[in-house]
Formats: sequence, C-alpha cells, structure tokens
Amino acid sequence: MLRLPPFDFRAPRRLAEAAAILAGEGDGARVVAGGTDLWPNMKRRHQHATTVVSLMGIPELAAVDDGGGELRLGATATLAQVAASDAVRRRYPALACAVRSISSPPLRNMGTLGGNLCLDTRCTYYNQTEPWRRAIDFCMKEAGTVCWVAPSSPRCWAHAASDAAPMLCALGARVLLRAHDGERVVPLEELYRDDGIDYLNKRREEILCAVLLPAEAAVEHCAGSFWKLRRRGAIDFAVVSAAAAAWFDAGGAVERLRLVLGAVASRPLRVVAAEELLAGRRLDEEAVAEAARLARKAATPMDNTDFQAQWRGLMVERYAAAALRQAAGLEPGIRPPHHPL
Amino acid sequence: MKLVGTPFRRVDGRAKVTGQTRFADDLTPPRTCFVRLVRSTLPHARIRAIDLEPARRMPGVLAVLTGDDLPIPFGILPVSEDEHALARGKVRYVGEPVVAVAALTEEQADEATRAVRVDYEPLATIASAEEAIATPEPRIHDYGAGGNVHKRVSLEFGDLEAGFAEADVILEDDCFFDGNTHLPIEQHAALAVPEDEGRVTLYSSTQTPHYVHRALAKVLQLPPARIRVVACPNGGGFGGKSDVFGHEIVVARLALELGRPVKITLTREEVFYCHRGRHPVRMHLKTGFRKDGSITAQHLKTLLDGGAYGSYGVASTFYTGALQTVTYNLPRYRFDGLRAFTNKPPCGPKRGHGTPQPRFAFEVHLDKAAHALGLDPAALRLRHLAPAEAVTANWLKLGTVGLGRCIEAVVEGSGWRRRYGKLPYGRGLGLACGAYLCGAGLPIYWNHMPQSGVQILLDRGGGVAVYCGQTEIGQGSDSVLAAIVAEVLGIGLEDVRLCVADTGLTPVDLGSYSSRVTLMAGNAALQAAERARAILAEAAGERLGRDPQSLVFAGGRVFDAAEPEHGLTFAQAVIEAETRNGTLATTGSYVPPRAPGRYKGAGVGPSPTYSYSAAVLEVEVDPATGLYEVLHVWIAHDVGRSINPTLVLGQVEGSVYMGLGEAMMEEQAFRRLPRRLSPALVHKMPSVLEYKSPTFRDMPEITTYLIEDPDPRGPLGAKEVGQGPLLPIPPALANAIFDAVGARIDQVPIHPHMILRALAAQAKGEEPRCGPRAFPAVDFGPTLRVPTPEEGGDGRALGEDRGGTMSRPASGRPAVRHG
Ligand SMILES: Cc1cc2nc3c(=O)[nH]c(=O)nc-3n(C[C@H](O)[C@H](O)[C@H](O)COP(=O)(O)OP(=O)(O)OC[C@H]3O[C@@H](n4cnc5c(N)ncnc54)[C@H](O)[C@@H]3O)c2cc1C
Ligand code: SF4
Repeated sequence: MLRLPPFDFRAPRRLAEAAAILAGEGDGARVVAGGTDLWPNMKRRHQHATTVVSLMGIPELAAVDDGGGELRLGATATLAQVAASDAVRRRYPALACAVRSISSPPLRNMGTLGGNLCLDTRCTYYNQTEPWRRAIDFCMKEAGTVCWVAPSSPRCWAHAASDAAPMLCALGARVLLRAHDGERVVPLEELYRDDGIDYLNKRREEILCAVLLPAEAAVEHCAGSFWKLRRRGAIDFAVVSAAAAAWFDAGGAVERLRLVLGAVASRPLRVVAAEELLAGRRLDEEAVAEAARLARKAATPMDNTDFQAQWRGLMVERYAAAALRQAAGLEPGIRPPHHPL
Repeated sequence: MKLVGTPFRRVDGRAKVTGQTRFADDLTPPRTCFVRLVRSTLPHARIRAIDLEPARRMPGVLAVLTGDDLPIPFGILPVSEDEHALARGKVRYVGEPVVAVAALTEEQADEATRAVRVDYEPLATIASAEEAIATPEPRIHDYGAGGNVHKRVSLEFGDLEAGFAEADVILEDDCFFDGNTHLPIEQHAALAVPEDEGRVTLYSSTQTPHYVHRALAKVLQLPPARIRVVACPNGGGFGGKSDVFGHEIVVARLALELGRPVKITLTREEVFYCHRGRHPVRMHLKTGFRKDGSITAQHLKTLLDGGAYGSYGVASTFYTGALQTVTYNLPRYRFDGLRAFTNKPPCGPKRGHGTPQPRFAFEVHLDKAAHALGLDPAALRLRHLAPAEAVTANWLKLGTVGLGRCIEAVVEGSGWRRRYGKLPYGRGLGLACGAYLCGAGLPIYWNHMPQSGVQILLDRGGGVAVYCGQTEIGQGSDSVLAAIVAEVLGIGLEDVRLCVADTGLTPVDLGSYSSRVTLMAGNAALQAAERARAILAEAAGERLGRDPQSLVFAGGRVFDAAEPEHGLTFAQAVIEAETRNGTLATTGSYVPPRAPGRYKGAGVGPSPTYSYSAAVLEVEVDPATGLYEVLHVWIAHDVGRSINPTLVLGQVEGSVYMGLGEAMMEEQAFRRLPRRLSPALVHKMPSVLEYKSPTFRDMPEITTYLIEDPDPRGPLGAKEVGQGPLLPIPPALANAIFDAVGARIDQVPIHPHMILRALAAQAKGEEPRCGPRAFPAVDFGPTLRVPTPEEGGDGRALGEDRGGTMSRPASGRPAVRHG
C-alpha cells in the first residue's frame, strides 16, 4: 500500500495548546481532523507536514449548540453528526441534504465539517501519486510550471470540491477562526479565493473552530435546496452542484436569493448575475431558465474531473434550474439526483 | 443427487466471511523482507543509465535489481515471449517496472525507490491502434507483423460474395468498445520463500500457477523440480492474474539471492499498470439478411489496441472473431482482425476474453436489422438459432444450445411482447444474447497431456483428500470440486479435504481462465471419484456378499440398494479396500475432444461445449440531461446443470454487474499532454475513486433464470457460468436506450453526453446516432479461405498443407492455439 512519510504527531486537549503548537512549529505544521483528505494527500505526497496537529482531542471543537437563534456547529463535528443533528435537520434541511450527499457512510463517520470546508482543491492531474505526477513533470499547483488543464493559463484551475461549502455559503454562514494571537469571524464566502493553489483566505496557523448559521436562514424564513451531480450513488465527489437559498416577500416574489455552484470553479461560486436578475421577480419557469443560463455562463467546468467538461457546462444550467425550481416549489424538470433531496 | 444441485454452503465460505482465508498478502513468515518497484515515468524511451548507488545506501536496503539481472524473456504465449521481469534497454509504457528494491521494511523499500535515478531518452509515442497502423516507426517491438502491428488475421469461411448476393438487405455498422480493467478487490501479491537445496516456493495471487511455474524455471534457469508455485485463493481475478508477472519472478530471484522470504504487494495504481484487461476494439460489421431475418453472410473487421506487450493478445485477436458463429445460423463468414502495439499497459483476457466487443457489435446490429426488416428483435433471434450439435461455418462443434429457452425466459419475465416498443418516451427495453466457451480446447503450449488432473487419497478414517491444480479465484471452484467428489462417494463435504493449486503437490490443471475449471477439473474429479468408488464397491461387495453394481454410496454409507440396512460405513469400506489393495489412491484426468477445424488459426474458438445467455434490460433515460438509470435486468443463462445454484446465481449477478460497469462507465482511459510541451502519455485515473465502477448502490434489480439442460460433455451435465452472462449486457443497454429515446449509441461505455449528441442530431433531422464513422484502412494480410461444412469442406483451408494446425511455422514455434 501507499505509505505515509514520517512526521511528528501531536494531539493537544485544548484549543490554546493547538494554536501554540501551530504558531511555534512554523510552516511544517498542519492540522488534521478526520484525516480523510489529509492522509491520502500526504501518502501521495502532494501535501507535506513535519508536524501534524490533531484537533480531535479538543472537546470544545466538536460541540453543536442550538440556542434557537444562531446555530453553532463545531468544526470537528463529524459529517455524520451534522447530518443527524436534530437542529440541522429541523432548521436547515438543505444543509442536512448537502452533507448526506458527501461520499459514503464510513467517510462521513470520519470526516468533519471543518475539514470539509478546508478541503484541498481537486484536479485529476494533481490527485495522483508522486510517480504519476513525475510522469507529467508535475504541474503548477505543485512543483511544475504548467497548468496541464489549460497550458497557456497563468493560474491553476483545480476545483473546489466541498459539498457543504456551497450550501453554507448560500445560507449565509459565517466561520470562527482562531490563532494564538486572536480570533475573528468572517462570512464563509470570504474564506475562499478563486485560485486553485491558494484557495483559502486564512493564515496557515488559523484554526477553523465553528460554523455559525444565521437564524434568518432557517427553514421558516428561507427556502433552501441542494442538487449534486456525481457519477455513482455513493463515494463520488460532485462534478457540479447547485445550492440555492431564497427569501420571498409577502407577495411571493423573491426578496433575496443566493445561488452558489460547487465543483465548477476554484471556490464555491456565487452567481451574482442570477441573484440580481431574480431579486424582486417571481421565481417562475421563465425566470428560472434565464437565471440558469447565467449560472452556466459564470461556471468554468474544466477537463479535470469525471465526465466530459462541455456536458458539465450544460449540467450547470440543468442543476441550477432544478435547485431554483425546488426552492420555488416547482417540479425539478430533470431526473432526481442520486442523493435524497 | 443429494448435494449437486442444492444451494449448499460454499466450502470456503465461513473462512472468507470470518477473515480466516489466507490471501497471498496475509503471509509474512519470520525474516520476510519487502520489495517495491521503480516504474517507468515515460511512455516510450531508451534507458540510458540507471544510478542505483544512492538507493543502495538507503537505510534497510538489502538488494537492488535491474533488467540486466534477469535477461531471459518470457510471456504467457510461446509466440510472444516479449516481456522481461524488469525493463531491459527500453521502456514501453508509464508504469512498466524498471528497478526492484528489497529492504527490511516496506517503508524503507519505498523510500529507497525514490532515490533511484533513471536517465531516459524519450521516443515518439503511440496512443491508439489507429496511430499504430499509421506510424510504423519507431517500432515498439522488433517482432510482430511489421511496423507496430502485432498480429494480422484474415479468415474467410465460405463464399462471402455469393452470400451477400442472396441478401435482401445489407447492413453495415461501425462501433467501438473501449478498454476497461478487471478491478479485483485483492491487489496482486507474491511471497517467495527459499527452501533447502537451492529450492524456492512462490505463493502468489495467480490464476495460472502452472504457467507461472514454467516461466520461473525458464527465467531463473532452474530445473522446474526445484520450483514450487502455490496459488493462494485470489480475491478476484477476472483474467487480470492469468499472466506471469515480472514481480513474481523478482521476488523468487531475490529470495534465492538473499536467503530469506521476499514479498511484494502491489498498490492499486500498480494493478492498473499490470492490467491485461479488455482491449479497446474498433469494429466494422457487414451482414446480409433475407426478409425473414436469416443471415446470408457476415464480414467482421476488428482493430485491437493491444498495449505495449503481447500477453494473450494473439489469442485475443482470434477471439474477437471466433465466437460470432455459435449463436445464430451464420452460413458464410469472414473475419479480419489486427492487433496493434501502443505505449500503454498491455491488454489481455478479461471476463469474456475478446468476445464482448464483437458481441456488442453483433447484437446491436441485429436490433437494427430487426427494425429495418420490421421484425421483433426477439422473434428474429428465435427464428434463426444455431442448432445443437452443429458444426459452424468456422468449424466449431457445438454442444447443447439453450439459447432459445434463454430468450423465451427473459421475454416472458420482462413482459417483452406486451411492452417492447410501447413504453412511454424515455423508457425502454433492450434485448441481447451471448455465448461463451466452457474451456479453451487447446492449452497455451503445445502438448498432448491432460488439461486437468485430479488425485484422490482415501484414508482409513473415511476422509477423502482431493488434489487438483485448479485455482480458487472466488468463483467457487473449490466447492464444485468437493461437491462432485462428495456426491459420487456419498459422503459429506466435511469429509472432503482439498489441496489445490500447488505445483509441488497437485496434478496439473492449466488454471482458472477461459471458463474451463468446472468442466475440465470437474470431469477429472468425476473420473477419479468414480474410480475410487469402483475400488470401494468391489471390496465392500465382497465383504457384504453383494454384487458391487447393486451398492449405493450415500449418507456416508455403502449399502445394498434393495436392502439399505445391509451395508458398511464409508470408513469401513475404505478399510476393506485398503486391506485388499494396499494404499488407496485414484486419479482422473481430462482431455477435451478434438475439434474439427484444421486450418491455421482453428485452435482458438473450439471448446467442449458452449454456454448461452440472453438478457432484457429496462432503462429510463432523461432526454434533458442524457442521464439514465437501468431499472431492471432479466437474465437467463444456459448452464447445463447447476452444481450449486447459489454459486451459479452469484456468477450471473457478478457478470451483470461487471457488464453494466463496462456498458455505463468503466474506461481504462489515457491522457496525452500537448506534444510540444511533454512526451507524457499516462493512465488518466489509476485509482478506485476515479476509475468509475458501479457500487452496489448503482445495481438494479436482477431477475435470473437458470436454464438447465444437462450437456453430456460437462461433469454431471454442467457448463460454464463465470463469463458468459456478461456478454449480453452492454448491447442490451444500447438497445434499450434506442427503445427509450430513439438514439443509437454504437459505443461503450455510454456516457450521457453521447445520448445528448445523438438526440441533438435527431432534432436537426440527422441520423440519431453517436459512434465512430468510417473504419480505418487496414491491411489484414493474406486471407485464408476455408470451405464450410455445408460447402463440403474438410476443415482445412484451400492450399493449406495437410498438417493444419499441427504444422510448425518457420520460427520453430508451434502455431497458436489457445484460449
Ligand atoms: C473517497 C473520498 C470521497 C469523498 N467524497 C466527498 C464528497 O462527495 N463531498 C465532499 O465534500 N468531500 C468528499 N471527500 C473529501 C473529504 O473526505 C471530506 O470533505 C471530509 O469532510 C474532510 O474532513 P476531514 O475531517 O477528514 O478533513 P482532514 O483530512 O482532516 O482535513 C482536510 C484539510 O483541512 C484542514 N483542516 C481540517 N480541519 C481544520 C480546521 N478545523 N481548521 C483548519 N484547517 C482544518 C486540514 O489541514 C486539511 O488540509 C471525499 C474524500 C474521499 C477520500
Ligand atoms: S488545474 Fe492545472 S495547475 Fe491546477 S492542479 Fe490541475 S493541472 Fe495542476
């Protein structure tokens, strides 16, 4: 089997201790939560660490707190716990749906919400073993100079792979980040950058501690929906996902709406043009179709995951439309996805 | 029969589900050291130099080998011994083993491989069969049929032009079946243990221990008697473990050199590089039909992308043509095939070996013919079935033919007559059939010895030990062997002890390939068991004062049929027989009947008999996305007789699963980078996450019908089931999609964008189709003309000498005749 390289493993019991280790160890230190992303990446040697700091022994990071207003989800709550949480299922069913669509039950038992949000971007030229990558002389995301997906491009197009992130961005979630020298709360959306290499707007030593879901995004105020396309009924990452959250006014017109796409850019991609188009309009067939076309325009599906890239472009339109239709209470118009809605 | 035909628990079942089975990777004797391989990072290159010194100095390193340490070539077929355990002089695909490093731990070996530096001089690469025929230089190999062609075949059976002249309709089709891989759950592993007197034992996850034994003797230059090969139970094989692999030779050599056990376990990625899976095949099919759907003549052309080495490829090439004739009446037939070398892992035998590709072409073609002629696809097939016991145009002798009953069963089960062509838009049914060998008629290397042998020892306690070279790869061959012996001797499975797949202890069985084991090892076991019963009956009859003929063996006793209480226990019968005869042992062996074909190339295709299958698939297609779901599969398989219906069902369902994977998503796909920037040509996704194979979540409901019409050539009437049921699945899917939305997808796997492309063409008033267009211009070499039985032929080709397949070609090597 593939073997891990040697490294120091630390498992602090307190958050402050973890922050201190990260500050003290410098660039060679990384955190690990469930390890479902980091360990395979270290085995394939495209992520490196001399010290790995596990967050799983820190009780305060695992808690789910529902005071009835803002819902706070601890970063090391497992995906299985989030999906099964009464507060999530009752108040944010679209999030439960997005989380349940992730991979397979064993992976959801290990993987955490924080790990999911910090997941490395993915690309089939990159998620390979070291000898394989040597055979293409590496690529820009790593030791190489060229992006093989778009050889004349100055940037890396690896795609954002998290399924929770687009939904949480649509719902307007914020995250609490903490380092040895302080903490800050930022909208989740601002955590991401449209760059396949440097995809997180955060310092290396900042620990994502919690996700905060606003009360206004709860189901009694907001209609959410999540549609994910993948090849098989389990295990696979999204090749396209569409998350919508809509607030309607008393007359049934859209007061505010967020439409966020997954897997078709290096970050969860808000389709601002569609959101602007829909504001103040009724979410009828025509509006949905127009918005979905804008979603397709915004997306940049590349040939670096499963399925033909051009067809994925069309699927952006179909899946965005389906997610919007569901939020509007219309029939989806296409076959349901593999995951429960 | 007491046991045969019942769903008894498989003899290795408890061990498997409780983790007691010892696969090759479970064996780690004291002092074992570990090997990792440095693999080529270039698709085609000369090796200029290899610097091993830094690796030798790494912690824990015990030995380092290169191709020059193992200079003797080998290969599964005597006609294409083109492999070295480690590349010599040149590499031919990314992933080819170049250097082996042995160290005290696997981690140390792994780290040391990173210190090896290989200096390459890149050569131009070839990525497809089309490129290979257009690019004779540089040559990937310096042997073959010229340029980058490995093998050319052209055979014409009967007067084809006369046949086409009789046709009312002539149909031509171009299709493509992409390559895919076996994906066994168990990655290949091998452990070599040095024994005293310079001997070595290799434990390996192999389907063919006998052939590994021969290759080891050749490459290590040791007398075969000093080598013992034990095939551990395989965690799945599907053809991927039926070649001899360089890593098996490397560990054996290192064990002898280091005097300690040496082990290797491949990573999943390395298994993708070992490959030997389904060949990508381009096909052109031209068939003449009369108005009633009967076929007047058929011409099939196939172009195979063989990858970088020979493997079973010569046989695979013949197989893309050989079995077209065994399902329906095909009076005249021409087959042209060509296998090309490309810079990719070698292709070889995968479940159905070479036949699923042309079967796809044929069954889709028949569906189109039925529509063109206004006939029902099921009725067309039923009307023109090949008759049992017939000799086909290409001189294959058929056994029982249960295909008609198979079609009837799935037509009935699926409500075909009511529902076909009448479901709402987006829903469809598709029908297709298939046939497969029950063991290749000839061995891989020329010999007249049995293809399977069984030895039985009887002990005084009533235990029966069965020795046979056959290999359990998960298919249930141990259970079949034990059940046949237990049935004949009237004892329980718990009284049978098996010793299998051990070249040091068991009689030769050629291996678990070509669906040969139940039929061949089963017949050998039957013979050995019947001989044992005769000896016991003789002794027991004497003791009981009864005619041996009147004795029954059942329930662990030997007794008078008319007077059941008058008898002996089985153990007492053994004691009586041993007292009279001395130590008791019997043997049984099996040699297949001689096939009637005598032309050069007639060696591939013959089998003692053939199995048949038919399937109907129901599919739902979303015309807005091209996404589809298989809702239900009805499949019938003519198995002759089930030795164990549960095991037969398992094989049928497993075949359906694998067939769906190939039809819907599996692709051994490669990437080439822009050539001005890089010479790379790499496997697109050598991992189980990105190589898409269905999970059980993706499996539809399957309704299986076992068609049992015992074939006298099979043991107790049994035919094969391991491979045949895969064949109808891909074409049935394509046919169902046509019924659902009117789009013809003439290639597999069928991706949703292909359906949309065909529908877009339909909307523009063009042919609603997705698939390859014209077949490339190919030189198949001179055509061998063979008169058919109907034309009064004698099985030989016109102008061929009387020696037929027995003659030896100029190279001094025997002509190919295997499966
Ligand atoms: C076969 C397979 C299928 C998958 N399918 C899906 C899928 O369908 N959808 C999907 O969204 N994901 C999928 N994943 C990705 C991943 O496993 C999950 O997203 C999981 O939630 C990651 O969480 P983790 O706790 O295991 O992360 P880890 O591996 O522990 O960490 C992931 C990354 O985040 C960093 N990190 C972790 N926690 C924190 C924190 N609190 N603060 C700061 N940084 C942190 C780590 O340093 C690391 O870089 C799949 C993975 C595999 C192996
Ligand atoms: S998108 Fe380009 S640079 Fe980024 S990982 Fe893929 S090949 Fe490398």
